[in-house]
This record gives sequence, C-alpha cells and structure tokens, in this order.
Amino acid sequence: MEVQHVTKVFPGIRALDDVHLSLRRGEVHALIGENGAGKSTLVKILTGVYIPTSGTMTFEGKEISFKNAIDAQQAGIVAIHQEASMFPELSVTENIYMGHHLRNPKTKKLDWKTMQENTQGLLQRMQLDINPDSLVKNLSVAQRHMVEIVKALSLDADLVIMDEPTSALTGREVDDLFRIVRSLKEEGKAILFISHKFEEIFEICDYYTVFRDGQYIGEGKVAESNEDTIINMMIGRSIDQMYPHHEPKIGKKVLEVKHLSQLGAFKDISFDLHEGEILGLFGLVGAGRSEVVRTIFGIDKASEGTMHLLGKPFMPKGAIDSMRKGIALVPEDRQKQGLVLKMSLTHNISLPVLTNLCWKGLVTRKKTESNYVQEHGDQMEIKSAGYHVDAETLSGGNQQKVVLAKWIGTNPKILILDEPTKGIDVATKAAVHEFVCDMADKGVAVILISSELPEILGMSDRIVVMHEGYQTAILDAEEATAESVMRYAIATVQMEASNA
Amino acid sequence: MPDLSFSSFVKKALARREATLTVLLVVLLVPISIRSPQFLSAKNISTILNDMAILSIVAIGEFYVILSNGIDLSVGSIIAFTGMATGMINEANPTVSPLLLLLAGMGIGMVMGLFNGVLVAYGKIPPIITTLGTVNIYRGLTFLLSGGTWVTAHEMSKSYIDFPRNSFLGISNLLWIALLVIAVFYYFSRYTRTGREVYAIGGNPTAAKFVGVNESRVRVVVFLISGTLCGLAGALWTARYASAVNEMATGFEMQAVAACVLGGVNFAGGSGGIIGVVLGTLFLGVVTNALPVIYLSVFWQTFVQGLIILIALTLNTMSDQRKTKKLLAQRRG
Amino acid sequence: MAEKRDLVAKSRLIDEMSLKNRLIEYFTQWEVLLSIIIVVVFVFFTIRTPYFLDWFNLMNATFQFSEKAIMALPMIFIIMCGDIDISIASIIALCAYVVGNAAQSGASIPSLIFLALLVGTLAGLFNGVMITALEMPAIAVTLATQSVFRGIAIGLLGDQARTEFPENFGFFGQQFIPGTIIPFEFVLYLVLVLLFAFILHKTTYGRRLYAIGNSAEAARFSGIKVKTMRIINFTVTGFFCGLTSILLASRILSVRSNIATGWDLEIITLVVLGGVAITGGKGSVYGVFIGSMLVGYLKFGMGLLKFSGTLMTIVIGLLLITAVLLPRLLDMYKANRKLRLQQMSRN
Repeated sequence: MEVQHVTKVFPGIRALDDVHLSLRRGEVHALIGENGAGKSTLVKILTGVYIPTSGTMTFEGKEISFKNAIDAQQAGIVAIHQEASMFPELSVTENIYMGHHLRNPKTKKLDWKTMQENTQGLLQRMQLDINPDSLVKNLSVAQRHMVEIVKALSLDADLVIMDEPTSALTGREVDDLFRIVRSLKEEGKAILFISHKFEEIFEICDYYTVFRDGQYIGEGKVAESNEDTIINMMIGRSIDQMYPHHEPKIGKKVLEVKHLSQLGAFKDISFDLHEGEILGLFGLVGAGRSEVVRTIFGIDKASEGTMHLLGKPFMPKGAIDSMRKGIALVPEDRQKQGLVLKMSLTHNISLPVLTNLCWKGLVTRKKTESNYVQEHGDQMEIKSAGYHVDAETLSGGNQQKVVLAKWIGTNPKILILDEPTKGIDVATKAAVHEFVCDMADKGVAVILISSELPEILGMSDRIVVMHEGYQTAILDAEEATAESVMRYAIATVQMEASNA
Repeated sequence: MPDLSFSSFVKKALARREATLTVLLVVLLVPISIRSPQFLSAKNISTILNDMAILSIVAIGEFYVILSNGIDLSVGSIIAFTGMATGMINEANPTVSPLLLLLAGMGIGMVMGLFNGVLVAYGKIPPIITTLGTVNIYRGLTFLLSGGTWVTAHEMSKSYIDFPRNSFLGISNLLWIALLVIAVFYYFSRYTRTGREVYAIGGNPTAAKFVGVNESRVRVVVFLISGTLCGLAGALWTARYASAVNEMATGFEMQAVAACVLGGVNFAGGSGGIIGVVLGTLFLGVVTNALPVIYLSVFWQTFVQGLIILIALTLNTMSDQRKTKKLLAQRRG
Repeated sequence: MAEKRDLVAKSRLIDEMSLKNRLIEYFTQWEVLLSIIIVVVFVFFTIRTPYFLDWFNLMNATFQFSEKAIMALPMIFIIMCGDIDISIASIIALCAYVVGNAAQSGASIPSLIFLALLVGTLAGLFNGVMITALEMPAIAVTLATQSVFRGIAIGLLGDQARTEFPENFGFFGQQFIPGTIIPFEFVLYLVLVLLFAFILHKTTYGRRLYAIGNSAEAARFSGIKVKTMRIINFTVTGFFCGLTSILLASRILSVRSNIATGWDLEIITLVVLGGVAITGGKGSVYGVFIGSMLVGYLKFGMGLLKFSGTLMTIVIGLLLITAVLLPRLLDMYKANRKLRLQQMSRN
C-alpha cells in the first residue's frame, strides 16, 4: 500500500502536507510523531472517513479512493478503535458477526454453532482465553481490545491499523497483543502500528515513518536505528525561538496536592503550585492528566489524597466550588466541554459569571453583559461576525479564544489549560502562548497540559511528567531536555523523589 | 473449548434478570398460597394466564421498540381501532370465521405500525413524538370508524366470543395463540438476522451503521411488529371481553412498557430478552391477581404496579453501578 | 488558492444577505409560523360560523384549556433540559384527591390550597430526586411514578367521588374577574405566561436551562449545578400540578380517581407544538403560549362546527406530527441547498 503526496487541509489548518507512507505485506510499520503531527488524520484518510484534499493512494499497485468507511473496509483496511464499535450487551461471537451473521442458506436460520466454533477458532489462534459467549460488557478493557483485533481478522483485512493499542493494557496483555501481531505478520498482513512507546516500537516493529507538524520527516528500518535518532526526528526544530520569553516571578504556594488518586484513572499524584508560575503537565495519551485537573476543578471526585488551597483543605464537590475559590479550567474538549455550540458567543462568554452580571444575581442585563463580553472578547481578539453568532460557526482557533475569554473574566487565581493549542492554527497558537505568559506575569498560577514536547519545554517553569496514571517526575525547566522528558513520559526511567 | 459445563450455565443463568424474576415469583407464591391455597389451583392459574395472555402479546411488540431505543405509546389506540374494526366486521358478517378476523386485525395493525415506522425511520421524528401524535390519531379514527357507537355482546357472533375460551387439549385458544406468538418471536430474536440487528441498533447505532446494518429498515420492522401484534391483540380483546368500546385499552401501553421494564429491558436499548418480558408479564399478572388474597382491594393494583417498576429500576441502576466500579478497579489506581 | 477562498466567502455572504433568504429565515422561525397558523385558524372559523368571533364565547372557551395551558409552562423547563415528565396528570389526580377528601372533612379554602400545593411539590420533589439519584432517563422514572401517584388516589378513593366543597370554592375555576367576562383561570394563565417568559428569557436560571439543554456537559464545566436545577424543575412542576388540581376541582366540583386522565400527553403536545425541541435547548414561552391558544381555539372552533371530539383529537395528532415533520423537511432542504452552493463555488 502506498500513500503519496497526500495533503489534507481543514479550514485554517493544514493537517497533512505532502506526506508519504509505504506499507508492505508482512511488515509491522510504526507511525511515529507527537500529538498533532497528523497521524490520526492519516488514519482517517486510510479508513475512508476523510477524503484527502490532494494526493494519491495506491493499493496493490492500483490507485484507489474511498467514498466512505465501508468502502475502505471492503478494500481490506481495518482500524482498531477503542470503544466505538462494540456492542457491550452482546456476546463476543455476535460482535464479530453482526452485519453478516452466518445462516443456513435454505432456512435462513442463524447458524450459531458454526459462528461460535469459528469465533472459538479465531480466539484460539490468537491464544486468547476468552469465552465466545461472554458479553463484551463483562470483558476487561484489554480483552475488548483483543476482541476488536479478532474482529478485524474475521473481516480478512490486508491492512490492520492499530492506534495506540496498548494504552490501556497491562504488561501481560501487551505480550498477548504482540503475539497476535506477530502471527498477523506471518499471515502476510500489513500492520500500521501507531505508538509513542519506544520499548514497544523497538520490540515489535520492523520499519518506521516519522511525521512532524503534518509533514513527512523520515523513515527507516527499526533495526538500524536507535532511540535518539528517532526522537530527534520527532522533535526536530529548536525550541527557543518559538515561545515568548517569560521571566518567572514565582510567588507563594497556592495549591498543594498530596497523594491524589482516582480509582481507575490516576494514583498518588503530588505537586505544589505557586503564584506566577507555569507548571507544565506532560504525558502521552492515557496518562491521566485531564482526570487530575478535572478533579482539582471539582468535576470528578478523588478516591484518595488531599488538596490544600492557600493552606486550607480543599475538596470541591462541583465546578462552582472551585470557581468560587478562583480556579478556572479550560477543558480538553473545546466543543463538548468548553463551549455550548448552539449558543451565541455572548452567552458562552458570560456563562460562568452570569450571577455577577445580573441585577441581584437574577435578572440579566443586556448592556452590562454585552459590555463585559466586549471587553474580554476584544482582549482575545476573536475573529467573528459579531458576538451574537453561534459558537459553532467559528473556526477551532477562534473557538478556543472564546473559551479563554470566558474564563479570563472570572479573574482566576489558578488557571488550568488542558491542551489549549490542540488542533489550532499557528497564529492563534502564538496568541494563546502570549496570553498564558501574560497571566503568569500578573501572578496567576498556571497549569498547562500539553502533549507537545516543544510547547511544554518552551512554556513551563517546572514540568510534571505522568505515565499511565502515575507521576514519574517533576523537573525544573532549566534542567529538562526533550529527551529526558520524553523518557519519563514513556517511563524508561522513573524519578525517585517526585516531590518538588 | 468453551466452558459448557453445567455449573457455568447455572452461574450465567443466575446472573440474569430472568432468573431473579423466577426466584421472586416463587418467593411471592409461597406465602400467598399458604394464605389462600386455592391461589395455586389449576383454575386460578388458568385465570391468571389467560388474563395476561393479551398483555404478553402486546408487551413483546413493545419490547422490540424499546430494544431499538424507542417507545411506542400508540399501542392502546391500535388495539382499540383493530378491536373495533373486527367487532364491526363480526357484527356485519357473523359467519366470518374468527381466525379470519384475527388475520384482519393483524393486517390493519400492520398498516398502522408501518405508518409509525416510516415516520420514525424516514421522517426522522423521535419515536416518542410520533407515537404521541398517533395515539390521538388512531384513537380518533376508532371513534370515526364506530360512529360513536359500541359493539356489544349481543351483536357479536357466538363463535367469535367463544373463540378465546374454547380449549384445545386443555389449554384455551387464547393461551395457544399467546404461546405461538412467544415461540415465533423467540425464534425471530434468536435465529434471524433482523432480530439480532434490533439489538445492534439499540446498543450502538453508530457501530451498527459501520458494520452495514440498515437502520431505517430495522426501525420500520420494529414498529411493524408492534403494530401487527397490537392488531392481533385487538381482535382477541374484542372477543374475550365480548365488546368493543371506543375507550378500550386506554393506557394499555403503560402496562406493556411496565412488563418490559420488569423483564429487564433497558430503556437505553440494546439489552433484554423475550423470556424476560414474558416473565415480567407473568409477574404483573400474579401480583394483580394476588391483591385480593392479601386483602388489598383491586383498586390498589395501579399503585402496586408502579411501585414494582420503581423497585425494578432502582435494582437495575444499582447493579449497573456496581459493575462499572468493578471494571474501573481492574485498571490502574 | 487564497483568492478562491475569498470568492467563496464573498459569495456566501452575499447569498446570506439577500432579501429573499432573510425573509425565508424569518418566516421559517417556529413562532412566526405558529402565529400565522393561528391567524389562519381564526379567519377560517370566523368565516364558517358567526359564533366564533364572539367575545363572550371566546372567553368562555378558555375554561376548557386554561388548566392544561398552565401546566405546559413548567413543562417547558423540564423539556428544555432534555427531561420529560409523564406523571403530571397523576400528580394532579393525587392532589385533587387530597383536596376532595379534605374538603369533605370541612377544611377551609386556604388550607385546601395549601394542601394541594404541598402534596404537588412533594410529589415533584420525589420525581426530581429519583431521576437525578438513579441517573435513569426521566421517562422511565416518571412512567413508574405515574402509576404510583395515581395508584394512591385510586386505592384510597376507589370508584367513589368527592363532591363536597366549601362555599365559594368554585370561584377559581368557574368565576370571572369581578366586573368582566374574563375568567379568573385565564387571567391567572396570562400572568403565569408573563412570569415564565420572564424567568426563561430574562434570568440567569433561564439562561442556564438553555445551556443544560444544549450541552449538559459544557454546562457542568461552566459551574452550572445541573443536578440541582433538574430537581428544581421537577419540584416546580409538582407545585403547579397542585395549583392546577385546585383549579380543576373548583371548576367541575367533583373529584374522581380518573380525573385528568390523558393530560400528560396532551400537555407535552402543547409544549412540543410550541416549538420546544423534545431533546431540549430550543424554544420560547411565546411559542408555547401561541401553541396552547392555537390548540385551545382550534378545539373550540371545531366544536362549534360540530366536529366530533374524536375528529378533534385526530386533528391535534396530525398537527403535532406535521409540526415536527415540516421543520425537519425544511432543514434537509436547507442543508441540501448549502451543499449545492458549496459544490458550485468549488467548481
């Protein structure tokens, strides 16, 4: 399978710029790159969800194009998703056969016996100890993953795409997965393996391609490369110029988090936060960072641990508790959590402080509200036809500006930003960075979550690194290097005393 | 080899709602029959079963709609229309065989269900609104059809009225029909593709589309089934109660939904089984019938039904929450 | 590349601003459509019968629909948040039973009112707490409570009726504002319309309702207490069920266990017809007001023309379906147009 000169442009952002990718039968090919490098966009093109703006794809020598996802599936390309394509209340057998149940050709009666046997056979081929009759909802996350893979096999795919397949698996389950990958290899299938985890890439993959910022950077044989070369390709550019110069004026301690844990999400997180400092929170997909800040903001509950705000114990029961104490959270999912898409910009921006803008906290006052919105909206330089338009009409970058405007107005003492520059054009990115530094200069304590290494290194004063729900390090920005941070994030090293 | 041993079968069976219901049923029956031994008499059991036969037929239809993440509120009105129609046919042509009347009812019901289904599947109107509208439309049509009059026992042929009561091999025709419906749809749910696809649409519509399930077609089928079964129920109703009045079966949809909820059908769609629905109906029937035994006047029937559903819902949710917690604990933390 | 993008943007802007399009945008607004329809209905009936456009008759007609119209108001809040309550008729029945019983025991009018409001509020509170605590869809819970509440009334009342009420109790449901021919019920309704319109469109509570209906998650992330507000919605609805039960009992001076049967679906019809999306987040009190008047006077007019009650229910049912179907067809048409325009500008 060859992908050549593929470009994909979205409004305001070039997700893929003239990239190539060659996949061969019987080869496990790693696609490496940071968040935003364009990997998932490429996967969506391969599986027919997106149509490339330009470029060609050839499969077995013939040029192809997909109109929709089912086309891609019929062509023999299957992607392993997370939860989206399983039926939790149905059995494993049925999940695999839904849509094409086997039946007796004459009576049209469903042939459960054969389906069960086939499923059993597939499961055994992968040496999986799963009962084909068990309901998917009763399987562990790892087992569901395996079933997804078995499903892909049953569709006789030629190209199997695995996107971060091990993000929810334990060691033993990862071994199982690799065993399956190897047998797929032997059967002559091509596997596209997307992962951040270097141990895995070096263990299972034969070849790799690196993307960065939507561009093709390089490729090579895994056996002939080492970690450093690959990391270099991933992070490439020099970090210094891109970020606003920021003189940290660190003040007193504002927040103290001790041994914070949430069942199933993260464990034993401890760190301090000071006025005027930008604390970066880095980690790969599934590290648990969003869950941590959501707990600080009061949306989720902690199962263990304590927090102290300015010395006093603090455990919010809802967002409003945190807001009253001066905490603001710019959430990860801009469209589902940060904004109410079908409401106007005005309504969105004024939402958190509505009570303050109203007469006796009850009656809305149009003038007061529009003045407030104007003030903060203009501060962020939002490009739109006016503040009366619905939020969904704006581009991603502008939507993020609206979310920021929304939260500045609350005069937060602690500002938490979860992936604020994800999926945004370069110009807005820079504006956001300026904004964050301004806030820090004014004495606001900032927690910045990002999966982009340069961003974390360029913006933070200190960096907390997380991996799979655990805290692996707290580094000072001066000591930290791209390599060291990355290593902590993929947990080849773990820091001893992670309380700084 | 999959674990086909008996012990795993028992374990699996116990984990399901069906088992819980059966156990509860037995538990209920013991004190009741001690209090009043004739409760378990053949005659009484027969009464209960016959009383519940019509509900079970309708509940099965409702079951498929709820499975697909919808609801059919027009059930009572469809029964009324078809019941009135068959009653009037019988009045006009006493010689028409009861079986033909049943088929007529089913045919009419099928058309009404089709109308519902098309609106939901192709008009993309949410089922609750569609059936909210058709409840009125169908009930209104019933009035139009009857011209405001009723069909009374005198105007109906003896063969028709006796039909549900006549027994064949010791079981009434009514019961045979109900059993037939149960059997047919058990097969449908377990051994046909469409029967399984209903589960897919209710459980995860996006995934269903992804594997090529034709969502519109299945939604139409689901309402078609409900309509047809209601049509059958309508024809049986008129015969059994020997009358067709305009107000018949008002609110019956709530009983059908209640039977489904009791039977473990999840409102979000995607889970539940026919056996559960049948057991739910049975449970309702036993409880209703047992009221006079525990000296509770029949007037308390509605309250008890509501209470049972409330308890069933609470149990549903608590077990879901426990399972989620267990799954979370399996991950880290 | 950049020029092409500019051209597309420019043409789109021109397209959006054209008079024809703006007219289309305005007239396809739900409230405007409803207003047009009600005018058409009035004209139609006026032509067909001289009795329609009679002030006295029009005012008298409001007795038939005022109570349901009043109940449609708190239902707006519930449906706006994406919930639903099919137990309202049963709460009315329960409150009516309490009132009827207490009246028979000689309770005074103020205490009757207090009792009805109390029972209604408690019932609504029960609904609200169960729904948020169970985290079950509102339709499931209110389906159960529908039977529970009315069941209590049936159990305690059986097939009897309560018909003894204190003197002057009939004022609320039967009498007019002194010196006028405007019924008390109707005036109460109009006052409530203003109140609810104010709350929904001019207060923080109303703004938050819209937010919850459009994205409960984003609302939560913005500090809105979603669960609390939903409980309040149900409790307030219960309160108004109590109020309605007073009006109803006062009007017909008789309480039976089957009082207000079928009202829940009718009231929901009024709300949806009024332009409130069943999934929430959209709609206005004005729309529901016009919708309620439309249905009320449609029934009145049909009655004058000797339409059978059944034909009326058919018309209402069809009206509901058309009211929901039309906008969807319109949306599909608009989306198609947009797509075609985009394709044209790309070539």
